Amino acid sequence: MAGNGKPKFAMYWAASCGGCEIAVLNIGDKILAVDEAFDIAFWPCAADFKVKDVEGYPDGYIDLCLFNGGIRTSENEEMAHLLRRKSKVLVAFGSCACEGGIPALANLTTAEAIFETAYINSISTDNPKRVLPQPVSKVAEGELHIPVFYDRVRSLDQVVPVDYVIPGCPPEPHQIWAVLEAIVSGAPLPAPGSTIIGAGKVSVCDECPLEKHEKTIMRFYRPHEIVPEPGLCLLEQGLFCMGPATRSGCNARCPRVGIGCRGCYGPLDGVDDQGARMLSALASVLGVGTLRDEEAKLEPMIEEVMKTLVDPAGTLYRFSMAHSLLQRARVQTGNSTQEVSDEAHQH
Amino acid sequence: MKRISIDPISRLEGHGKIEIFLDDQGNVANAYLLIPELRGFEQFCVGRPAEEMPRITTRICGVCPEAHHMASTKALDALYHVEPSSAVKKVREFFYSAFYVTDHTTHFYALGGPDFVVGPDAPPAERNILGVVHKVGVEIGKQVIDCRIRNHHIIEELGGRGVHPVAGLPGGWSKAITKEMQQEFAEISRQNVEFGLFSLKLFEDIVLKNKAYVDMILSDTYTDRTYYMGTVDANNCVNFYDGMIRVVDPEGKGFVRYHPREYVTHIAEHVEPWTYLKFPYLRGVGWKGFVDGKGSGVYCATPLSRLNAADGMATPRAQEAYEKMYETLGSKKRDGRYQPIHYRLATHWARLIEVLYAAERMVELINDPEITDPNLRTPVTSTPDEGVGCVEAPRGTLTHHYWTDEKGILTRVNLIVGTTNNYAPIAMSIRKAAQGLIKKGTAITDGVLNRIEMAFRAYDPCIACATHALPGQMPLEVIIRDAQHHIVDRVVRGGS
Repeated sequence: MAGNGKPKFAMYWAASCGGCEIAVLNIGDKILAVDEAFDIAFWPCAADFKVKDVEGYPDGYIDLCLFNGGIRTSENEEMAHLLRRKSKVLVAFGSCACEGGIPALANLTTAEAIFETAYINSISTDNPKRVLPQPVSKVAEGELHIPVFYDRVRSLDQVVPVDYVIPGCPPEPHQIWAVLEAIVSGAPLPAPGSTIIGAGKVSVCDECPLEKHEKTIMRFYRPHEIVPEPGLCLLEQGLFCMGPATRSGCNARCPRVGIGCRGCYGPLDGVDDQGARMLSALASVLGVGTLRDEEAKLEPMIEEVMKTLVDPAGTLYRFSMAHSLLQRARVQTGNSTQEVSDEAHQH
Repeated sequence: MKRISIDPISRLEGHGKIEIFLDDQGNVANAYLLIPELRGFEQFCVGRPAEEMPRITTRICGVCPEAHHMASTKALDALYHVEPSSAVKKVREFFYSAFYVTDHTTHFYALGGPDFVVGPDAPPAERNILGVVHKVGVEIGKQVIDCRIRNHHIIEELGGRGVHPVAGLPGGWSKAITKEMQQEFAEISRQNVEFGLFSLKLFEDIVLKNKAYVDMILSDTYTDRTYYMGTVDANNCVNFYDGMIRVVDPEGKGFVRYHPREYVTHIAEHVEPWTYLKFPYLRGVGWKGFVDGKGSGVYCATPLSRLNAADGMATPRAQEAYEKMYETLGSKKRDGRYQPIHYRLATHWARLIEVLYAAERMVELINDPEITDPNLRTPVTSTPDEGVGCVEAPRGTLTHHYWTDEKGILTRVNLIVGTTNNYAPIAMSIRKAAQGLIKKGTAITDGVLNRIEMAFRAYDPCIACATHALPGQMPLEVIIRDAQHHIVDRVVRGGS
């Protein structure tokens, strides 16, 4: 908090795994340039500031805040509001903050089921009295408090307005550095408003070295069922790959080692629903019928092929569940944030 | 009753909280470690295709995704009844050993080390990796960064990504090692051995030659006598990738030795209402609360536990270092093996011995002609049903257990994660340190707070996933309230 006029930097994690922090660390010795350009105002894993300190800052005190993790608990939500208020520029950093990420797969189930599985039905858990974690509990010496576990996971922008979005699970270090370097050098940022930065403008396919030959497929194979021909497009070999519907920026890392993309860099520009976009991209790969065929004739044929794609919901929306049209419909019927909070799990 | 809340503790900021209660005399009546976090992987993975689990469960922890990736991949081997070729096993173990070197190194230099290198009572602003560099020289700091970079290079090359690897498949691995890679990796492995030896020498010079530190390690404040768990090979030596689970009692006698798939027979988990994390314990002894000793089922699974549970190390220089630690800390041999060391702070030493072992193992593996086998995959056609996969994560034995339908869609998932094993021991160590350090009339100084933190820092708890990865000093605010919750005293450490 030295009064040297340097811009103030913050990084926080909500419902996340810590991989975003490691990705920042993986920019290597360039972290020293970040340290030189910014004063750290809050970064629990790297510096000595506390929530109390942040509460004491004037509103808008933090110049740049990288927020990773989704909103799973009451504590996550409180921190999102606090950091929005204290930050000039709030960035949703990484898939969880951007669109829910892997933890948002939990939106396919319920908080009750999560508790039942973890604390009651788990084969290794011995809990005959069916004890469940409680927001407030009494022990011999006094009361103990833990945060409320909400019914579903939300992305950061579903809780507070977000200025920029840096996608990826986690964002690739070279992309993180590209953004930070631009900021450090004083380059102007694009207009804010959930604007995507630190990623490409095309699809993963456009930066993938695997060759495409306009081949069509009659069924999908699961990754362990076939050994793909090296150097050739995985999707054209029947291995599901989200490349066509996923934003570039990662350098097609997974396809490069023979493993299909799962879409962590999020949807393409102008696309709302990544899964829906992937379904339409698949149309050109499926080898069913001809252009002249009636839709009624094509439909059952497409359905046959699609049956070989297991777990479409958990695959097409692997990282974007909180943002999917399906989920948004649920949230809207609940009349936005307030009611979602009211539905919070109260054990 | 007065209460001391350590909230927030940083680097776990928002993810961990310590509550200490003082009795009327001002002594510590009890202390609690609360974990305010749950994500529910065991439930939301149900319905997913099993083969996706190595790519989903990496997101349990971004600091040790390699451990989850590997346990998950091994669970798929078992689920699909496919025995990986010896080349596959070697490539996986090589990848996994590189991860161990970088993970343990970062913990020692960035998190655990500063307490010893810079000192437990040094100004908080110096008690971090930068302080370490100041004390021992910038050249060593550079060596630490280089060690991280070169091993992360291996992780990215072999795993596909620097964080959250993707290469594991049932029975296989999707990326082979070419001759060129072999040459490069052999050089990295050699450098790792040198770095491991160097780090042990540093520990000796700075810690073992300082009587105050040795006294602290040997003090009762940082001692708990529990059971110890670790994975051992056929010769009962430490292994990180595969083997049998061995548990020894506080006196070092073998309690049980079992195949990882039998874990449910031996491990159970206890639930408390004031935390989201469960407390595993030995079923054969039972849950007796937060107490140590032979009559309590509480066990530990840490670097020190692995060494305590094994008969020794499988590589020569690590074995020398192992013997030196047990001799130096006064362990006597019984029935041909050293008795367990209960000094929790010795875990830092054990961690460095494991770095050396992982590095030596890398050298062995990369020079094996089989390691460049280009065929690491075979199509898997058998019908899946149930499988357990287990590895030693840096922070403890990690178990993934999956059940599927005949199509390989998950119907049930159970996970016992590295740090979870140690939840009860960590909570007990915190309470013991608090009881030893806060007495009637004790001034709650920064040094006292840091010494309480040292009790859990030895475990490298991964509740604080990012904790051990970055330089820094945990800020603490201790609020002392009277019975009416009025604040009577406040001590702040950290911030500037």
